[in-house]
Amino acid sequence: MIKVEHLYKSFGAKIAVNDVSFTVERGEVLGFLGPNGSGKSTTMRMITGYYPPTSGRVTIGGFDITEKPLEAKRLIGYLPENAPGYADMTVHGFLSFAAELRGLHGAARKRAVQSAVEMCFLENVLHQSIDTLSKGYKHRTCLAQSLVHEPEVLIMDEPTDGLDPNQKHEVRLLIRKMAPTKAIMFSTHILEEVEDTCTRVIIIDRGVVVADGTPAELKARSPSGRLDEVFRDITLPDTVKAA
Amino acid sequence: MNAWNNIKAIMKRELGGYFTSPIAYVFLIIFLLLTGFFTFTIGNFFERGEASLVSFFTWHPWLYLFLVPAVGMRLWSEERRLGTMELLLTMPLTPWQAIVGKFLASWAFLALALALTFPVWITVNWLGSPDNGIIAAAYVGSLFLAGAYLAISCMTSALTRNQVISFILSVMICLFLILAGYTPVTDLLTRFANPAVVDIIASFSVMTHFEGFQRGVIDLRDFVFFVSVIGFALFTTGVIIRSQRAG
Repeated sequence: MIKVEHLYKSFGAKIAVNDVSFTVERGEVLGFLGPNGSGKSTTMRMITGYYPPTSGRVTIGGFDITEKPLEAKRLIGYLPENAPGYADMTVHGFLSFAAELRGLHGAARKRAVQSAVEMCFLENVLHQSIDTLSKGYKHRTCLAQSLVHEPEVLIMDEPTDGLDPNQKHEVRLLIRKMAPTKAIMFSTHILEEVEDTCTRVIIIDRGVVVADGTPAELKARSPSGRLDEVFRDITLPDTVKAA
Repeated sequence: MNAWNNIKAIMKRELGGYFTSPIAYVFLIIFLLLTGFFTFTIGNFFERGEASLVSFFTWHPWLYLFLVPAVGMRLWSEERRLGTMELLLTMPLTPWQAIVGKFLASWAFLALALALTFPVWITVNWLGSPDNGIIAAAYVGSLFLAGAYLAISCMTSALTRNQVISFILSVMICLFLILAGYTPVTDLLTRFANPAVVDIIASFSVMTHFEGFQRGVIDLRDFVFFVSVIGFALFTTGVIIRSQRAG
């Protein structure tokens, strides 16, 4: 469903993403790991069509994101980093707006909003405006937005960032529940999350893919069998990069 | 009509945004108070003793200079500040649908503000018998004038996430569009430059083109001017939004 081929992105002289290629099929959950500033968000922004790639190709369900952006974007649900939302809108208004842009109208829209609200446990805050929400609720509102049209491809930039342990658990359960019918890709800093939910892991460092495999394969690389040691071994802390 | 549905969805959201926050009410009240004050007090509406709305429309280019950028400054800078731009532009809609939707929503809001000045029209009709054709033409001109300023504010708001900068930039550009054809300035210019050159400079001014409408003359050239300013500014907005993502 997601096919990324030789993706490059540079901002001026700085190369943010350097020759990244991978595919994610339906039923797969790809965990996207890497230190801060390694190019995770930039890659996801290119896949979702927000940034045009400097070179390379992204196809979603067979549609090239630069040549057929509307067809490709229709298939994607996207949770951007920091879960943005329109501060002055209510949760219900925001989700209805998202559903409308997704081409849902009338009764279909009502049903879609209702099911997204249930999936993300938003009943209590439905008529509250987004700027009055706690971080957890704000996050789940944006997550609900990405699920409202039941997308085949789900891309989430740090879906559990800023959530409490219970909420993190809920989101992981949700991802596992959706996994069989969707192609899912998410970035995270929490390594046990990856072991828990992902069928595949890619580690990216300074724009380059440095590891790609199942969680078990990656763990086997370290004598202790711990993912965090593997992560430390193959990526450099950002203090080194600065030097 | 997928495009139109998307534009409608954006418009609905923008208009909702005005009315759920105090912005809309503050703006409408201030706009109506100021138009009343300028028309009746500074414009000497009663002392003029004529049944026309000249003292009402003369002030519009100056009133809009500050009020229209106040409406337009948030259009894109707010999206950038909140990060919702990323959300919006990864939805299945084209950037121009978002640009047009936002513009039309704010323009409709300004049209509402203008429509709410109807007591002035009732007053002049009650006191005398003005030429309502001229008044209608002037209202149309005023709406297009507001649209041109708004498109410019739209453009400057795409440049920055800071609303204050966006506001000041669009006031400056609109001020230039006024002054290029403002009689005291053109008089000054004719002392140094060839009248033909001064005419060309003045033809870029909203004053020159708004004047016709105020006299009740609906000239195609004036329409073309305002529509081109709007088209150009919105097109530039699209270019700015695209270039910001290109890196």
